[in-house]
Amino acid sequence: MNNTTKILLAGVAIGAVAIGAYYYLNQSKDGGAGDVAASTPAIIYDLGGKFDKSFNESAYNGANGWSEKTGNAFREFEIANDAQREQSLRKFASSGSNPVVVAGFSWAAALTKVAAEFPDTNFAIIDMVVDAPNVRSVVFNEHEGSYLVGALAAMKSETGKIGFVGGMDIPLIHKFYCGYAQGAVAVNPDIELFENYTGTTPAAWNDPVTAGELAKASFNKGADIIYAAAGGSGLGVLQAAADMGKLSIGVDSNQNYLQPGSVLTSMLKQVDVAVANAFTDGTTGTWTSGFNVMGLANGGVGWSLDEYNKDLISDEMKAKVEELSAKIISGEIVVHDYTSDSTCPVG
Amino acid sequence: MEIFNNIIFLLDSMIRLTVPLLLAALAGLYSERSGVFDIGLEGKMLAGAFGAAVVAYLSGNMWLGMFAGMGIGIVMALIHGIASITFRGNQIIAGVAINFLAAGLTVFLGQSWFKQGGRTPALPEGGRFLAIDLPFADALKDVPIVGGIYSELISGHNIIVYIAFAMVPFTYWLLFKTRFGLRLRATGENPKAVDTAGVNVNFMRYKAVLICGALTGLAGSYLSIALSAGFGLNMTAGMGFIALAALIFAKWRPWYVLWATLLFGFLNAAQIRLQGVELPYIGEVPVQAIQALPYILTVVLLAGFIGKAVGPKAGGIPYVKER
Repeated sequence: MNNTTKILLAGVAIGAVAIGAYYYLNQSKDGGAGDVAASTPAIIYDLGGKFDKSFNESAYNGANGWSEKTGNAFREFEIANDAQREQSLRKFASSGSNPVVVAGFSWAAALTKVAAEFPDTNFAIIDMVVDAPNVRSVVFNEHEGSYLVGALAAMKSETGKIGFVGGMDIPLIHKFYCGYAQGAVAVNPDIELFENYTGTTPAAWNDPVTAGELAKASFNKGADIIYAAAGGSGLGVLQAAADMGKLSIGVDSNQNYLQPGSVLTSMLKQVDVAVANAFTDGTTGTWTSGFNVMGLANGGVGWSLDEYNKDLISDEMKAKVEELSAKIISGEIVVHDYTSDSTCPVG
Repeated sequence: MEIFNNIIFLLDSMIRLTVPLLLAALAGLYSERSGVFDIGLEGKMLAGAFGAAVVAYLSGNMWLGMFAGMGIGIVMALIHGIASITFRGNQIIAGVAINFLAAGLTVFLGQSWFKQGGRTPALPEGGRFLAIDLPFADALKDVPIVGGIYSELISGHNIIVYIAFAMVPFTYWLLFKTRFGLRLRATGENPKAVDTAGVNVNFMRYKAVLICGALTGLAGSYLSIALSAGFGLNMTAGMGFIALAALIFAKWRPWYVLWATLLFGFLNAAQIRLQGVELPYIGEVPVQAIQALPYILTVVLLAGFIGKAVGPKAGGIPYVKER
């Protein structure tokens, strides 16, 4: 093979990869009905990946549910690294997708920039606030939901020690921990809490081995329930709890079924509802930009009870949590939000 | 007693985290001692982890899973061998290609087969290696010190852990006490002499590379069907490269490999266990500082303490019979 042929072949190979990448970026989800229309909504997931059984999967379920209900297609993309954020946003916006929903706080910088470039396109961001006239910022009161599962954990714990394994060490995840700690202390002032984070880079969302080791460390120290707010890494915590005969608490999606009998409950964060709402509003002309808070009061957060964990939750526990829930909704209990001042009153 | 228990748990965690590094570093030892540099340990581990998880999931049999993992490792090693031994390609580049191939193929196949974003489904009953209790572990549990060490630290791991540690003396015996080992080492030092003695250099290197593939596959199997219960995206997370560092650190010697990987395993375990712990005189150390610890120590140890690490003389050079 002479050199010219080699260069030619290399060129062909690079070309093939480039074309493949182009079509990959362009690909659309065929959600039932035919071609992708001009104002097809789009969703872009975060680094955890579409099927993380947690946050991103919940976003996907929302989009998919909307598609099944309306019969319309939507477009979607999973980024593989941070550099693709702006690129993919611009790609969807310039090809006429409307609205474009991005799942995850890491999108803020890219969205701020791209939203200004496409004033006629509506965007929605979940878990972060971007102040622009065409952006809807959906935030969840995770501290309220975490408060409830914290109370459940404290009531269920026999050792008086409970743990927490977070994903990336960022204020948003401290918000989960802080709510959890407040709920636990509310029902048992003497509770001992262990707080851990899987890492300090986005890779911490997808590192079940480290998260599992962190969980084992806390179990060794006497904890008997661990709350995993760690995206894909949380699967390692759930596995460790099941292996050691302890309990875990899932997050974002209902994860009770993943390790039946070992997941005490899951802190539900209805990302799916937020995504479906954005798709519906954006395609039917009822779009509103601005701040959108999903809390306990409007069903944005909650805790799960199904056939997999009903034997773990006593009637007494259930009644207590419902009482706390009602008090939060009525404003009698105010759960402190860590992100408001970066401090936590307990734990 | 509290402190003693904490130390035992720390060492227990160290053992769990050392095993993949140990197996991968020993794998690299065979390959590099025969004169084939292998930067593709990471990729072979990843491919092995994927193969093991897929077969263990489909068959529900952990042993089939493990052998599949080793088989995939061998196939990947064969690709590396063909490229760098038969076709005399650059060994480093072939290794990098293996890494890319594994990272891409596992996700692609995983997604098209299981539609879970490259993850494999959770393993069924029997698809996973569980902890085994050594004899008398229960009886000795309450004996102070000895009970803690024996019942917690030595007993209660899965079978691959014991295989991994047994591989160290076995590797030492094979490489330094047998004719096969002498030939393998000579191939890495002076292939011309080996050839003159009537031994087929390329065949020798193939054998070494295939052993390497089987061991990396075993390391991958450990990750996906023993330590975790399923394959996750890029689950080796750089362990292959750390194993490579440990191998150089250990100057390509089996027992040193054990100590080097135990050190890395210990740092990793300490990093996890030290989170949120109050240390005497220092107080609580920030998570970031603790997580950087293994890397800082690696740099310091590699740069300052081990002296000159000289690899096999013929390493990296494809053997050409006649010029």
